Amino acid sequence: MRNWFNRKNSITLLGIVLLYAVVQGLIVLDIMPPFYMLTLILICIYIILSTSLNLINGIAGQFSVGHAGFMAVGAYVSAMITVLLKGPLILGLLAGATGAALAGLIVGLPTLRLKGDYLAIATLGFGEIVRIVFLNMDFVGGAAGLTLPKQITWSWAFPLMVLSVILIKNFVGSTHGRACISIRENEIAAESMGVNTTKYKVMAFTMGAFFAGLAGGIYANYMYIIQPGTFSFLKSFDILVMVVLGGLGSISGAIVGAIVYTFISALLTGIPEWRLVITAVFLIVMMMFRPTGIMGTKEFSLSFLGKKGDKNAASKN
Amino acid sequence: MPLLKIENLSKSFGGLKALSNLDIEINQGELIGLIGPNGAGKTTVFNILTGVYEKTEGKMTFMDKDLSGLKPYQVTLRGMARTFQNIRLFNDLSVIDNVKVAYHQRTSYSSISALFRLPSYYSGEEEMQRKAMELLKIFNLADKAEETAKNLPYGEQRRLEIARALATDPQLLLLDEPAAGMNPQETHDLMNLIRWIREKFKLTILLIEHDMSLVMGVCERIYVLDYGVIIAQGTPDDIKRNPKVIEAYLGEEVV
Repeated sequence: MRNWFNRKNSITLLGIVLLYAVVQGLIVLDIMPPFYMLTLILICIYIILSTSLNLINGIAGQFSVGHAGFMAVGAYVSAMITVLLKGPLILGLLAGATGAALAGLIVGLPTLRLKGDYLAIATLGFGEIVRIVFLNMDFVGGAAGLTLPKQITWSWAFPLMVLSVILIKNFVGSTHGRACISIRENEIAAESMGVNTTKYKVMAFTMGAFFAGLAGGIYANYMYIIQPGTFSFLKSFDILVMVVLGGLGSISGAIVGAIVYTFISALLTGIPEWRLVITAVFLIVMMMFRPTGIMGTKEFSLSFLGKKGDKNAASKN
Repeated sequence: MPLLKIENLSKSFGGLKALSNLDIEINQGELIGLIGPNGAGKTTVFNILTGVYEKTEGKMTFMDKDLSGLKPYQVTLRGMARTFQNIRLFNDLSVIDNVKVAYHQRTSYSSISALFRLPSYYSGEEEMQRKAMELLKIFNLADKAEETAKNLPYGEQRRLEIARALATDPQLLLLDEPAAGMNPQETHDLMNLIRWIREKFKLTILLIEHDMSLVMGVCERIYVLDYGVIIAQGTPDDIKRNPKVIEAYLGEEVV
């Protein structure tokens, strides 16, 4: 455990606690405008979604565009627990995430034999299948959707987001994460170096689905209502845009991408007729002048704070 | 008992017979060359051995165990490692991470201890870091450990590929044209390196090469492959004088 609280991690932790406390303070003092609150919670949700999609697309290099499908599974399963079975929220969130991970496993095993465009099409199809399935399930409300009590607060969303990011970062920074990256870099060489490529592709996919499901659960229990239409492929593309905008393969990038994109969407809600136009222009300009995304493949680093030679233990936890 | 025994190996791609009835035997500690004109099927032999391709017919025994039907990573786990004709490094990873990927299969810590950073994660990573640095020192790459692999000069990329293959802890090392694109001086250094790692790691080596000075210089025995058939085998001196080999390389008139 001595490794956990080195200087760098302690400072990161301090920053996280401070950020939480400031926002919580504003909420307690009742001076946080509701719209800002919504945006902040959405940012938390989208950070979980984009970092988890980054695990699949950026780290393992498997081009998946079915993330809204996993989010939907998480949202509906957690809603079934909290509303239909009157279970506690934490159980609902866990069940949602686990359900999505199971879906990821079932979808991943056959489709991860596919490469590139073919995998993209298969996962896109999966996302739509999930949406149609929920659309035709009457006990979860069909097209009208399911109403839920709002149970998620800042104190739920923020810590869960931090936990998700830390777990994903820990995975990526380990030998198992390196195995996934080696698949992205050169699958044939990875397999020749003793990496069980199928296992790690499925592992990254399942883990990505798990966190997408968690985000779905948070979304469902915050938004009062979930409808199948919310989880269309457009949502998948939103998440993909965040990842690419931030920098494919960079965890910090996924976080920055989620914040920037959600912020822009929030800023433009005043002019809905121009919202998509401006977003599109922004993205085109971005891709023309910085095709690698805001962060490229780089990560934020506080390593200058750590001792020299401490480089290995110097990952955020 | 030979370390690797290939009997009657054949491979067809549709109607094209790439290899027919190959017999190769490699004993523990030998340094064997596999040569032949372009398109003779040398790399195909490597690909079948390492599980990239499925064989059509034949039998391959490595360390007394049958190799057929194994996936490439399982073959690596059995103790066979390879390099590639066209370098296949993990380009965007650092030099040391390239080597660490190869250590992955022999690492003890689980993905759970990685997720929650349990003590076994730290000890496992420390051990990998130490081993990888040791290996890089041997290959004179230690001062470039944090460099991105794609930024290395060509000769060093080749060396890194060999280092990475050695990190999988092999018994048998397959080198696919290790001297391709190297100048005579680099080839000479490579020759010494191959001899040296063989002693140091107690390796058996099978290498494909077009550079005859290298092949004749380091190999103890040579197999010559032409149109998927072994046309000659023997010591370098035998091979130099073998009329069939001269014909395959230079054409009939010369003989």
